[in-house]
Amino acid sequence: MRRLFLAFLFLLCPLAIFAQDDLMNLLDQNSPKQINYTTATFKSTRVMNGHSIERMPAGQLDVRISHRFGQINTGGYNFYGLDQSNIHLSLEYGITNWLMVGIGRGEYEKTFDGFTKFSILRQSTGAKEMPVSVSVLTSAAMKTIKFQNPAVTNYFTSRLSYVAQVLVARKISEALSVQLTPSYVHRNMVATELDPNDLFAMGAGARLKLTKRTSLNAEYYYLVNPRTYMSQKVYNPLSIGFDIETGGHVFQLFFTNSIGMIEKAFIGETTGTWTKGDIRFGFNISRVFTLKKHANPAGNQ
Amino acid sequence: MKRLILFVFFLNIIIALNAQKFITKNGYIGFYSHTSVEEIKGDNNQVVGILDTSTGEMVFQALIKSFHFDRALMEEHFNENYMESDKFPKSVFKGKISNLSSVDFTKPGTYDVTVDGDLTIHDVTNKISAKGSIEVVNGGINASSKFKIVPEDYKIIIPGVVRDKIDKNLEVTVTMKYTPIAGK
Repeated sequence: MRRLFLAFLFLLCPLAIFAQDDLMNLLDQNSPKQINYTTATFKSTRVMNGHSIERMPAGQLDVRISHRFGQINTGGYNFYGLDQSNIHLSLEYGITNWLMVGIGRGEYEKTFDGFTKFSILRQSTGAKEMPVSVSVLTSAAMKTIKFQNPAVTNYFTSRLSYVAQVLVARKISEALSVQLTPSYVHRNMVATELDPNDLFAMGAGARLKLTKRTSLNAEYYYLVNPRTYMSQKVYNPLSIGFDIETGGHVFQLFFTNSIGMIEKAFIGETTGTWTKGDIRFGFNISRVFTLKKHANPAGNQ
Repeated sequence: MKRLILFVFFLNIIIALNAQKFITKNGYIGFYSHTSVEEIKGDNNQVVGILDTSTGEMVFQALIKSFHFDRALMEEHFNENYMESDKFPKSVFKGKISNLSSVDFTKPGTYDVTVDGDLTIHDVTNKISAKGSIEVVNGGINASSKFKIVPEDYKIIIPGVVRDKIDKNLEVTVTMKYTPIAGK
């Protein structure tokens, strides 16, 4: 009798496997472990003034118009700064998914600038864990404003400046992302012998997503160089504002104390300070165009 | 005793063979929307699917981030704004062939089937019924189907500004090429 009972038990074994939930378990077991890359740490390639780790994917062109108004404390006659404007235009393009280049021209000192941004590491979870995204930015700028004293020998190289930054960012949660940006600026020619040609700064940026398409951003660059050895008072640039995304556009609206829109200008040459009310309203408009469609779409590259 | 054990052993094998499961790890699920303003096509070639021929049960699992588009910006908006892939990373279908008796998995040929089941997208589950076809070939089973879904049924919010860019009904295409799972 026992043998028959045991045989019956053996017969039941394969029947137990037929449950649908078991199919789901089998599915899970057989699903290849994917690398889940973090996307959209920031809504655009800039935190506010400075770059974010975000890049243009291959074949995408970003047309950017950046605008800084005059200082609000210039009073009602100057319509609280809205009468004065400073503009920067740039075209930024993704050559590959990890290499982005840009050229721009700004009104401040009539400067032409160019940069390359390499995406070195991407934050990811899943099959491969990486806690941060890291990018490297290199940039050069050439001011074309006429020399102050045309009578002396003026060198072309005096117009040039260079910037190198390492951008390290982490998307902490769906809503909160933070970035640290150690920066180095080299200016070939500075105003006086007192001023340093080399500037070192630590940038910090953060964004808090308020809705699916808007976020609150803040950015601060701490200039490490001692201020006692500079010919004019310079302050650390602080910017606070909103990002609004609508389809292909990202609007960045903010208040800042610096008029410069490229690293060389806002890191070492910010002469206004929040404590004296030298705040100005500014905005960046970014419009993305897809120039090259992916034949074999690159998603998690 | 030995004969009894051998008998049970063979019986198990016979039952096990009938319970053959088929799997694919590169199944295709794509969706398509066409309006006069915009054309949207998302393709996922990494769908994992299992078909149990003895019960007619089918399950699929698709990672939302594995849907690819020809425009990177469209893919980013799909994940960030519409599907919220960080919150809801997968889409799952659990269903059954309702006319299993009309399919003979041992004879090569093409059979029309209807599959009923639960489709979960964006953490919302709806019952769907889709017509498809099963083709039994040497060494595997090919299954395909086309059906329509409505994004709002899955709480996918499409803002009024862009509503006209997306078709009210999305056409979903499923193409699976199954091969037998070794063992059970």
